[in-house]
Amino acid sequence: MSWFSDFLASSIGRKVVMSLTGLFLIIFLLIHLAGNLQLMDFIAHDPADEPGKAFNLYAKFMTTNPLIKAVSYLLYLSILVHAIQGWVLWSKNRKARGSQKYAVKVNKVADGNSFAASNMGWLGTIIFIFLLIHLYQFWLQMKLGKLPMAYYDGEEVKNLFFIVSEAYESLGYVIFYVLSMVAIAYHLDHGFQSAFQTLGINHRKYTPMIKWVGRAYSILIPLGFAVIPVYMYFFM
Amino acid sequence: MKLTLKIWRQKAPNAKGRFETYQVEANPHMSFLEMLDVLNEELIAKKEEPVVFEHDCREGICGTCSMVINGEPHGPMAGTTTCQLHMRHFRDGETIVIEPFRASAFPVMKDLAVDRSSMDRIIQAGGYISVNTGAAQDANAIPVDKDTAAHSFDAAACIGCGACIAACPNASAMLFVSAKVAHLALLPQGKVEAKRRAQAMVKQMDLEGFGMCSNITACEAECPKGISVENIARLNREYLSSALGSETVA
Ligand code: HEM
Ligand code: SF4
Ligand code: FES
Repeated sequence: MSWFSDFLASSIGRKVVMSLTGLFLIIFLLIHLAGNLQLMDFIAHDPADEPGKAFNLYAKFMTTNPLIKAVSYLLYLSILVHAIQGWVLWSKNRKARGSQKYAVKVNKVADGNSFAASNMGWLGTIIFIFLLIHLYQFWLQMKLGKLPMAYYDGEEVKNLFFIVSEAYESLGYVIFYVLSMVAIAYHLDHGFQSAFQTLGINHRKYTPMIKWVGRAYSILIPLGFAVIPVYMYFFM
Repeated sequence: MKLTLKIWRQKAPNAKGRFETYQVEANPHMSFLEMLDVLNEELIAKKEEPVVFEHDCREGICGTCSMVINGEPHGPMAGTTTCQLHMRHFRDGETIVIEPFRASAFPVMKDLAVDRSSMDRIIQAGGYISVNTGAAQDANAIPVDKDTAAHSFDAAACIGCGACIAACPNASAMLFVSAKVAHLALLPQGKVEAKRRAQAMVKQMDLEGFGMCSNITACEAECPKGISVENIARLNREYLSSALGSETVA
């Protein structure tokens, strides 16, 4: 296995790990958003039902379906590997830059979002703190906590919707949530296209398209997430 | 034109450095190095230690004239080395801050001169062709597609100056290494050793303590030869295919 561990420890190997885990998280976010949108009462909601039914049934499906359970372990692993590798890269890169800073430094770049590109470590760390709080509040409660129950046609379902809507009653929490989404937007404005370049995918025909899709994704997906608590705070 | 210069002075590699302020009278037609020559003549006349800076060709092709001028390697003009930067691009009365290239792999030797032998060792690790390619060929004896030849030539324009590393927030040498790898890998003579070369040069780059590439593209923006980050993607492809695809295990 030495050739493989050498590859993983090389500078390019480490970046490939960041890229693959990052792309996996990008796909996950899309699916996660599709599920979350059901929190809002005008999506997938029959007015005859009590609020949150569609969301609670979806949450039950996501926590019991064996295939999704298997993929979720891959997800936990990806987040951990991506975050730990991210911190390793961050610290190695700071060391390479050296302790003596420039007195004057102009931050010109040939292309892209230079703020996001040079602050990936900070942005990632903000996302990580958000994830810890987020997972504790919803994921851990769903797994271990004592949730109130909802009953749909005799079926007993954990009422995750109740916990979520309770959290979104706090203005402070809604603001924290929205700011975290801004961090994700910046992280992905650079990260999306960067992941392809890391894998060596840079082509004069397709790269402009990748950059365009990346820009659209990094605006629309975090915006979609952020709209939910804001909508619930004001209208539900 | 009258200029105020704030120049980093450092006596020796481990000595503590600091900025010194000088006044100099320059002609707008002078190159930046000629302006520094004027300053050094004056310092010598006053029996003071002249400012050490590196230079050789003074025509933009050797890559020696490293320094950071007002926050940019080789100064504010795009696609220009320090020796090709002219004083007419500065304002009369302007204050100019001059520092050495900074990176852990570029220790300061004296004043503005840094040790860039880390880049030489990367070249020594594989930036060459060692197979016998015979005597000089007839011009068209080895067919090379025109676009491929152009990509290779563009990469070959790298003068090994290190501005990419000085500009990179991670002090990564990926643009430099990718230019060398791409230049050779694209041509038939270079293809023979392409896999081994990508492995050896990246390995040496990592050993020298350069940072990793976050795809920030500061390197391309500051490269005096306009080397494109497309080359970095090519290096990533070459490295991936040789690390995972070559049958050489070790
Ligand atoms: C929503 C979750 C996240 C997603 C979708 C995501 C996605 C990405 C993507 C696609 C990249 C580009 C990889 C490349 O350049 O090849 C990236 C880079 C990075 N990520 Fe994340 N990330 C997430 C969370 C995190 C977290 C929690 C950290 C914690 C430290 C983090 C730290 C980093 C760092 C430091 C980089 C830059 C690596 C470099 O180029 O030097 N990310 N991320
Ligand atoms: S890639 Fe450009 S900046 Fe880097 S060493 Fe070569 S010529 Fe200099
Ligand atoms: S002195 Fe040779 S490039 Fe400037």
